[in-house]
Amino acid sequence: MLTIVIVLLAIIAAIFGVLLGYSAIRFKVEGDPVVDQIDSLLPQTQCGQCTYPGCRPYAEAIANGEADINQCPPGGQATIIALADLLGVEAKPLNAEHGEAKETKTVVVIDEQTCIGCTLCIQACPVDAILGAAKQMHTVIASECTGCNLCIPPCPVDCIHIVPIEQNINTWKWPEPDGGHAAPKAG
Amino acid sequence: MQHLRQARRTMSSTTKLYLFHGGLRLDGHKQISNQSPIATCKPQNRYVIPVQQHIGAAGDIIVEKGQRVLKGQMLATTKILISAPIHSPVSGTVIEIGKHAVPHPSGMETDCIIIENDFQDEWIRRNPVAENYHQMNSHDLRNIVRNAGIVGLGGAVFPAAIKQTETNIRTLILNGVECEPYITCDDKLMQERAREIISGADIIGHIIKARECIVAIEDNKPEAIAAIQAAIDEDSTGFFHLQIIPTKYPSGSEKQLIKIITGKEVPINGLPADIDLLCHNVGTAYAIHQAVFKDEPLISRVVSITGNGVKQPQNMEVPIGTYIADCVTQCGGYNDNASCMIMGGPMMGYSIHSDHLPVVKATNCLLVTSNNEIHPANTEAHLPCIRCAKCVEVCPAKLLPQQLYWYASTNNFERASEYHLFDCIECGCCSYVCPSQIPLVQYYRSAKSKIWELEADLKKSNAARKRHEARQFRLEQQKREREERLRQKREMLNTKKGRPEENEINLKKAAIAEALARVKQKKETQAITPKNTDNLTAEQLRQIKEADQRRQAMKKKNHE
Ligand code: SF4
Ligand code: SF4
Ligand code: SF4
Repeated sequence: MLTIVIVLLAIIAAIFGVLLGYSAIRFKVEGDPVVDQIDSLLPQTQCGQCTYPGCRPYAEAIANGEADINQCPPGGQATIIALADLLGVEAKPLNAEHGEAKETKTVVVIDEQTCIGCTLCIQACPVDAILGAAKQMHTVIASECTGCNLCIPPCPVDCIHIVPIEQNINTWKWPEPDGGHAAPKAG
Repeated sequence: MQHLRQARRTMSSTTKLYLFHGGLRLDGHKQISNQSPIATCKPQNRYVIPVQQHIGAAGDIIVEKGQRVLKGQMLATTKILISAPIHSPVSGTVIEIGKHAVPHPSGMETDCIIIENDFQDEWIRRNPVAENYHQMNSHDLRNIVRNAGIVGLGGAVFPAAIKQTETNIRTLILNGVECEPYITCDDKLMQERAREIISGADIIGHIIKARECIVAIEDNKPEAIAAIQAAIDEDSTGFFHLQIIPTKYPSGSEKQLIKIITGKEVPINGLPADIDLLCHNVGTAYAIHQAVFKDEPLISRVVSITGNGVKQPQNMEVPIGTYIADCVTQCGGYNDNASCMIMGGPMMGYSIHSDHLPVVKATNCLLVTSNNEIHPANTEAHLPCIRCAKCVEVCPAKLLPQQLYWYASTNNFERASEYHLFDCIECGCCSYVCPSQIPLVQYYRSAKSKIWELEADLKKSNAARKRHEARQFRLEQQKREREERLRQKREMLNTKKGRPEENEINLKKAAIAEALARVKQKKETQAITPKNTDNLTAEQLRQIKEADQRRQAMKKKNHE
């Protein structure tokens, strides 16, 4: 009797083993959803200040537990809070080693008089926001520039400058009233 | 169409009214400004016309500095759907195109066209379609509305023509409610220009193929009611119905008005068109009448200049672009106790900090308050929320304002959105009743604009991710191609280095084969022997022989 039960259990276990093995191959999930979720919270500036070569590598490092959630200066505290929410960990202040959070959003402009058309900045820009060709004047597509400033160091004639994005009526934000009494904590 | 309307007449009974949740009974203060007829604003030297006066994109400026323009001439046009053109209110010269401060809560400057009046009052050529509109199709009529730059004049300034793209809408609701205190511009317009308003409504009805039109007016405007009733009585089709509704704030808000009249709720995130309705303000209907019957674009509007801070409060038809200061001057100027200028009404308007701003299409009211007349929005220290739920009782959108405040003030936007922050119509009822004087609406506005910014950021970061990925892909592809080329080259070099003899032999073989081929070809060409050497006579052969011998001899001689 006992042997029959054992054999039966063994057969069932074998069947499930095969089933599981098969479905693992058949229903394999492409990509890593956790990495995708983390990546979607990062600002996609691709500046590398987190010490990883872009936002996605940093997302992978967070998912693998190699990197902390407070290494992204362009995202600032808002990103840290969002990451903490997602991963169910405590939010913490930005790690100053990686830089300071930016107060205002910026883009860069190329001083077109000085540009010598060396294409070095094009090679540095992670989002192809610079337009130009060898020995031709270059220019920045402001709407695509993420303000990562990666193009500035390679420029041999220092003709790339940081400018703040100007607010207009359509991007203006209603100010928050000065609450006076401490606002209740989120709960 | 007419018989359709007749048939519907019996069906639509609009006497039963429904109540919406919440709302307030406010002191109207309407008598301050509705005592005198609509005045006409005196021509001024200068007009400042902002390029963007509506919801949507700004138009493209089509005039140049120094150019002479005529009254009603288009200054900026647009191909974008949600947008509206603008027109010159006078004839004169464009003296500047540039930034100028405009009425906006931010106090910021935007692109404006500044025109100097030449006082000629010279119109562009107009040819109104007038009565012929009955024969026109919806599309062409809509274009007239669009080209006239007509936007919702109730305050929302949404381009009117877009609302009319839906056809086969059952009911057109003409909004003459004007529920906000102090404002009387629609009231006066209905009193004095009822026939034009009804005519404009008929045009809208024609565009959207409506079966009936309900004109809604609050019961605190008996004269307007009488005038509209008289105009409706002139129409024999039975298309129009007058609906008098009790005075309560904010009955004039679109969703609330629809609820009062039909008992139906506009779905969340939906439009009135989803339940077969369309709402237009009476001022908009009047502007449409002017566009169709006179071919006049929207270059002026009626503005209530009111409040105890101004000497002679009244309604005035003001050309768009007139300085607010000029309007106030014509109303006798400010009283000594004037304290604050609000554009719009006391509930939904915002204070402006200068009168050196132009009147725009959205300017329905300029309220100059005197000391203590109304409390400006409290933006400083306020008391904590005591959870009295007074705000819940009055919220016409059936929201939970105290919860919204909680989430908005702690930047918990996800929760705020879940509690339908974006259904808040910013009516201000909650702030009005809050015993702690919390500027609730301002928290909501601030939260809304923060959420919009986050959404814009997200859009941008998604675009950046796509561009970055595209670049990575391209770089990798280039790298692969480079490697492929290198590999090929290396292979070629390897084959050369590996077996030199065989290679050389091959080369030599090829060279020999080539040479042989050449020789063969030559032979073939030479095989064609000249015809004149055939069939020669003995005499000729002898002569040739002799010539050859001579040649040989000469050669020999030369060699020696
Ligand atoms: S243009 Fe310069 S600052 Fe802008 S995204 Fe490219 S590398 Fe960064
Ligand atoms: S402002 Fe918004 S939350 Fe307050 S009462 Fe009006 S709709 Fe409700
Ligand atoms: S009315 Fe003011 S105090 Fe009362 S519950 Fe609402 S927000 Fe709180």
